[in-house]
Amino acid sequence: MSSEWPLWEVFIRGQHGLNHRHVGSLHAPDAEMAIHNARDVYTRRNEGVSIWVVRSTDITASTPSEKGPLFDPANSKVYRHPTFFDVPDEVGHM
Amino acid sequence: MYAQMVKTDGTRVKSLDDMEPEERAFQQRIEAGQKIEPKEWMPEAYRKTLVRQISQHAHSEIVGQLPEGNWITRAPTLERKAILLAKVQDEAGHGLYLYCAAETLGISRDEMYEQLHSGKAKYSSIFNYPTLSWADIGAIGWLVDGAAIMNQVPLQRCSYGPYARAMVRICKEESFHQRQGFDILAKMVKGTPAQKAMVQDALDRWWWPSLMMFGPSDDASVHSAQSMAWKIKQNSNDELRQKFVDQTVPQADYLGLTVPDPELKWNETKGGYDFGEPDWKEFFEVIAGNGLCNAERLGARRKAWDDGAWFREGLLAHAAKAEARRTTAPAAAE
Repeated sequence: MSSEWPLWEVFIRGQHGLNHRHVGSLHAPDAEMAIHNARDVYTRRNEGVSIWVVRSTDITASTPSEKGPLFDPANSKVYRHPTFFDVPDEVGHM
Repeated sequence: MYAQMVKTDGTRVKSLDDMEPEERAFQQRIEAGQKIEPKEWMPEAYRKTLVRQISQHAHSEIVGQLPEGNWITRAPTLERKAILLAKVQDEAGHGLYLYCAAETLGISRDEMYEQLHSGKAKYSSIFNYPTLSWADIGAIGWLVDGAAIMNQVPLQRCSYGPYARAMVRICKEESFHQRQGFDILAKMVKGTPAQKAMVQDALDRWWWPSLMMFGPSDDASVHSAQSMAWKIKQNSNDELRQKFVDQTVPQADYLGLTVPDPELKWNETKGGYDFGEPDWKEFFEVIAGNGLCNAERLGARRKAWDDGAWFREGLLAHAAKAEARRTTAPAAAE
């Protein structure tokens, strides 16, 4: 059996009402220690107001090599962007 | 540098025409300035080179705590002690960011520790010199961290995403390290003649090892050319060394110190200093394990790892027990 502590992914909410954001990872024996370690490793200069930790093995990621087919449905739908539509100058800001 | 003389496995740098389509697409992405991310296809040699470089860099951060740790209990004031503690804690953090970046390439943390402890993996030559006086702590911050910044700033643009992102965090914190070192020396040179002499002595001992940190000239090195083609490396060792000398000599002048190099001279036409050649024989001896403190540094690392085994196992056993209790606890036990 490997005696290595499991790997955790760390997410931090910055000061300004932002989403939690991935900042890196670390090893810890359990979730509580992972939070403590994350505080020491990733918030030594007040970088956050809240921490999430998630076991790395619990993350399901999309496959980079399949990014073509995965994101393909959005490619042909440029009308989802407001700049697709011309607004006559006379109309002003919309 | 913190990573010195990293090998790349190749014998020459391939041209785009020599490459299979997969590798050509990879190389073109690098040349377009795109970042490579962990699960994406990459040449095996690129992966291995990065593992070597990032793990060596991480080991340097970790071993780099030892020469400074020597002075935590002897810092001249409580404030200096708190500052030094914070700096050494940063070095631990930098090591951890970098180990995590290396782990995304498929090597485990324990494997990397094993490589360090067995002597298979290297760390920077600079940490095999002793810290004899408090002025050495100033000299390390000013010179060693100054040289490290020179190398780490361009690494923020490295082609491998996790390494580049770790470098962004590190660079933000590193500037505090250099300034605290300079501040120690700036105070001491205004002190007694004995204190000023300590500063000059520290510069005399740390100047050449600091220049060696950049590694020998690599203009003719195939490993260096390959690392540059992969954008793992952006500048040659000589370029960075020149920049470091040009930046540091005026600071030494400000402190009223003499740089221990009789060949040092301002060269108006190149707009930089001419300077002497470090003793590369000494450098290779230190790299080979024969520096003043190699045995002591590795001994301290091994001892810390072995002495901590019961603690790591204990916490893991506790976590397993708590988890078992949580999953098998009866729902209603009244």
